[in-house]
Amino acid sequence: MTNKLIMVSFFMAVIFGACKSGTNSGNSSQSAIDMIAEGEPKVAEVTGAPKVPAPVGNRGPKKWIVNLETTEMEGVIADSISYTFWTFNNTVPGSFIRVRVGDEVTLNLKNAANSVLPHNIDLHAVTGPGGGAAATTAAPGKEASFTFKAINPGLYVYHCAAPPVPMHIGNGMYGLILVEPAGGLPKVDKEYYIMQGDFYTKTSAAKKGLLEFDNDKAVAENPDYVLFNGKKGSLLGANMIEAKVGETVRLFVGNGGPNLTSSFHVIGEIFDNVYLEGGSQISHNIQTTMIPAGGSAIVEFKCDVPGEYVIVDHSLSRAFNKGAIGKLKVTGDANPKVFQAGGAVTKE
Amino acid sequence: MKVLILLQIAFVVLFYSCNKQNVKLDISAANESKLISNTIHSISSDVKMVYIPGGEYKPFYGSEYVLTKVAPFLVDERAVTNEEFLAFVKANPQWSKSNIKKIFADSTYLRDWQSDTELPKNAKPDAPICFVSWFAAKAYAQSVGKRLPTLDEWEFIAMADETSPNARAKPEYSSNITSLYLQKERQYYSVKQSKPNYWGVYNIFDLIWEWTDDFNSVLTTNDSRTGQYEDKDLFCAGSATSSTDVLNYAAFMRFALRVSVKANYTIANLGFRCAKDTSINNKK
Repeated sequence: MTNKLIMVSFFMAVIFGACKSGTNSGNSSQSAIDMIAEGEPKVAEVTGAPKVPAPVGNRGPKKWIVNLETTEMEGVIADSISYTFWTFNNTVPGSFIRVRVGDEVTLNLKNAANSVLPHNIDLHAVTGPGGGAAATTAAPGKEASFTFKAINPGLYVYHCAAPPVPMHIGNGMYGLILVEPAGGLPKVDKEYYIMQGDFYTKTSAAKKGLLEFDNDKAVAENPDYVLFNGKKGSLLGANMIEAKVGETVRLFVGNGGPNLTSSFHVIGEIFDNVYLEGGSQISHNIQTTMIPAGGSAIVEFKCDVPGEYVIVDHSLSRAFNKGAIGKLKVTGDANPKVFQAGGAVTKE
Repeated sequence: MKVLILLQIAFVVLFYSCNKQNVKLDISAANESKLISNTIHSISSDVKMVYIPGGEYKPFYGSEYVLTKVAPFLVDERAVTNEEFLAFVKANPQWSKSNIKKIFADSTYLRDWQSDTELPKNAKPDAPICFVSWFAAKAYAQSVGKRLPTLDEWEFIAMADETSPNARAKPEYSSNITSLYLQKERQYYSVKQSKPNYWGVYNIFDLIWEWTDDFNSVLTTNDSRTGQYEDKDLFCAGSATSSTDVLNYAAFMRFALRVSVKANYTIANLGFRCAKDTSINNKK
């Protein structure tokens, strides 16, 4: 009898303690550290923009292997102009990584054999020295690896941190990693991945028609291009992102920089929810949200009226002159209660 | 009791070996390298050497106010080539692709060679040798009676452009080199096809990265010259705080490469040239 009593009271104390630690601490990173990632490590699905991997849903913490390859490659930056990009997985931005709090992630970074330079990765989602940069520094043709536990939920930038860092980032070496809270983010109908970057270019001496990084313009923070997803028109024409009337849209927006902050705005929409700076604070009814270089935001809105919605950096010269422009195409029935053109015509 | 002591000893040994594994590897490799060096057969080399008078210079990583002295030395006017390294391997088969001790080079040593004594298909005999480890570079240098240049010697030469011994203050100096570094697969070109620098040294920047004798010294702590900053953080903005010239992106790239390699690494665009001490003091 006494034994049972002791056991029960012990049990209650444990529960009480657990509750207390859950409610008292401003963040839940301690409890995330204690979460056990189940099972054998599996290779995580990663995606190029504007796609994102499937939501984590309500699964428990698991072990993942994320494979990234750093490359140096020529790609189209605008119209038919080429640029020497440096990338994670051959895309700018790099692959989108999606995990949940408590997940254990082994990040394998392979530097392509024909790279000229060493590269590494600093993930802002990592708690530890350099965000993994020193641990993952890989010479051309070599691989490096480290394992971290995702303990803070949020949308985080990752980037190469090999010196000179502004050049590695300026050439496109950044991406996003989403750490969902336990239970996952609320369900929405459409999710997209958009990342802004500023590009500083000059004509390559080695090859006609090729642009390359201009150090002086970068230091002056005077870019020739400010782009979504590393290419002028990456979200225009056939590449517009899409949704239907009545659907909710979530944009995972990052800003690689290296220098400019973004005044992120969707013309004709109001953000119902903004996860400020990609963290846990949710603000409502936002027109334009500030996204710092090396930072992010999650924006959500419901599509009520059909049409083409222009996505811009509302520091507008960048949108009109330097390429920071994209479109969301919303299809479906008109909703005159919300928007009706031609209401008050001047009578003769 | 005896068992306990034994256990304790075993534990201590285990602990020590875990902790010092990398260091031990380097030490034993260095020791073995010494042993092997006694058995290296000399080969002849007709590469022209250039006299560098040395002097004081400001290292890229270091204090703004402390200059480093570089003694006069001789340096090969160009990098060691494929055919020269082939001659070395023929005379020293222990350094061939199939015989090399694993401790001295990783799995990509002389990666594209067709056999122990055949260069890669389509390789130019006079293109710089690559996919060689620091150990192999050291062994080669010994076979021709030379050594690898020190990091300071190498960077001293690298301050020059075509017309001046120290071009670091010229804005185009770094940007020109950076442009070169952006181009891939330059290592397949022949040596001496571009103009030499002020000293008459060729291809310092345009073909390959080059091993230096103390390539990893940038990581050492308690550097006698620079005692005040032991923990050199080369990552992210940290690299800027300990550099004397934050706009010299080309130098950042070289140091980033040096930090990323180990002595047994072999890489597609990493080769070397040789240097030598000299007693001559004022020639040129």
